[in-house]
Amino acid sequence: MMDDFLFRAVTGGVLLACVCGPFGAFIVWRRMAFFGDMLAHSALLGVALGLLIGVDVRLGMIATCLASALILAIGQRQSRIGSDTVLGMLAHSTLALGMVALAFVQGVAVDIMAYLFGDILAVNVTDIWILAAGGAFAIAVLIWMWRPLLAVTVSPEIAAAESIPVERLRLIFMLLMALVIGMAIKIVGVLLITALLIVPAASARFFARTPEQMAIGAAVFGVASVMAGIALSWHVDTPAGPSIVISAAGLFVLSSIVMMGLRRN
Amino acid sequence: MTAPLIEGRGLTLSFGSERVLDQVSLSIQAGEIMTLIGPNGAGKSTLVKTLLGLQKPDSGDVVRKNGLRIGYVPQKLAIDQVLPMTVKRFLTLTRAATRSACETVLGQVGAAHVIDAQMSSLSGGESQRVMLARALLLRPELLVLDEPTQGVDVSGQAELYRLIDDIRAELNCAVLMISHDLHLVMAKTDKVVCFNRHVCCSGIPDTVRQHPEYRSLFGVREADAIGIYTHEHDHEHDLSGHVVGDCGHDHSHDHGHSHHHHDHQKQEAETTK
Repeated sequence: MMDDFLFRAVTGGVLLACVCGPFGAFIVWRRMAFFGDMLAHSALLGVALGLLIGVDVRLGMIATCLASALILAIGQRQSRIGSDTVLGMLAHSTLALGMVALAFVQGVAVDIMAYLFGDILAVNVTDIWILAAGGAFAIAVLIWMWRPLLAVTVSPEIAAAESIPVERLRLIFMLLMALVIGMAIKIVGVLLITALLIVPAASARFFARTPEQMAIGAAVFGVASVMAGIALSWHVDTPAGPSIVISAAGLFVLSSIVMMGLRRN
Repeated sequence: MTAPLIEGRGLTLSFGSERVLDQVSLSIQAGEIMTLIGPNGAGKSTLVKTLLGLQKPDSGDVVRKNGLRIGYVPQKLAIDQVLPMTVKRFLTLTRAATRSACETVLGQVGAAHVIDAQMSSLSGGESQRVMLARALLLRPELLVLDEPTQGVDVSGQAELYRLIDDIRAELNCAVLMISHDLHLVMAKTDKVVCFNRHVCCSGIPDTVRQHPEYRSLFGVREADAIGIYTHEHDHEHDLSGHVVGDCGHDHSHDHGHSHHHHDHQKQEAETTK
């Protein structure tokens, strides 16, 4: 017999893991982990803005993630400051700005920990609908641009030679990533979302021979991590978000040991 | 004359204070084979990126024929270990093809055995063969080859040049070949453009010498695929590639190039430091 909140947590987590799998694979291939981190950090500012303006904080988070992605897409065009520096500056100034702005929110006790590390057990039906609709949209667009985006990832020169709009695809991918991260924070939090994106993808790399296998494998590893994390949280009473990340990391270690064993034989 | 496949007009580009392209104009006609030679650091790859539309010039335009199909073969394609990719999957990177079509083109370039191998496990020569197989699948009107034999040993280079010759004969496409090597140039080149941040000179290679050293090095068959284009420059470059002295020259091609080649080598050594 499953409690309602547990059922919602599992549903939300599984949905998110399925969306994060293919996106995580692209993030690993394109070396954009730090970019994902930066988007997540900026989401806290979205929480504060949402509370100050009086709109839904989920909307606030998604909106600030999208805005940060746009600012970064423009910022990266200049080359005077390295893009990792630009990312670091944006990540931490938006995080700081978010914390300061939260101090101005009056009368509402904000559970910052819930935003930093996620609160999957508090996922409600609306959250699940948002995840389902937003996730379906993000995955649909990703499938639609899969082949050209992969070509851009392999070689921008080859892609450009064959009239693939390299810059436009990069921008669309960044915006989709912002959408996914904005939706994911409720579940695993600002500090852990990047892990849910990259760790399952890294595990899937061991067993994949094609990009598609790796993307699907990442979703499978992600779902397994979510289930294991929630189970851990349920039985040992650990915080759910970190438990999911620990499970993902555990699966990665297990995969690498299995792979070493296979190679030896 | 019909409209060119692709044309660069007055392309100028600077990175910071350094001018990498200076008023570069060139155009490629359908079926034409053009070889672009120049020393390392001459901006050849930047010019190609600009022509492909990846790099925006500060001024000047690139005009592409509508719907032009370009096949691009890079110097060296480094597919990251982190991205799993079989040769078969790579061949279908930008458009779908059946397995048997992939087998056919791989057979044509003598690389049928690697179809299920991972791209990251290929040797330099195998990797370039796969790139050429991809070009065959694509059936481009213009094949752009950016120093396609880098990282391949000398006898492998001659073999690759012969393959490129075969492919060009089959597809009947235009070819833009980039090379830093003054000696290895396709025999059937229609036009040689000497490039060092600007177009130094361009012309028709009037003699393809049958140099005995090449013959002995590559064997008769391979030597036929290789032409030698030598010429005399009428202006000098300083180490950063700027033209020294006046440019009022007649661009003649009386071939015998020893002094300038030497100069380029010196410059290469300088830029690779």
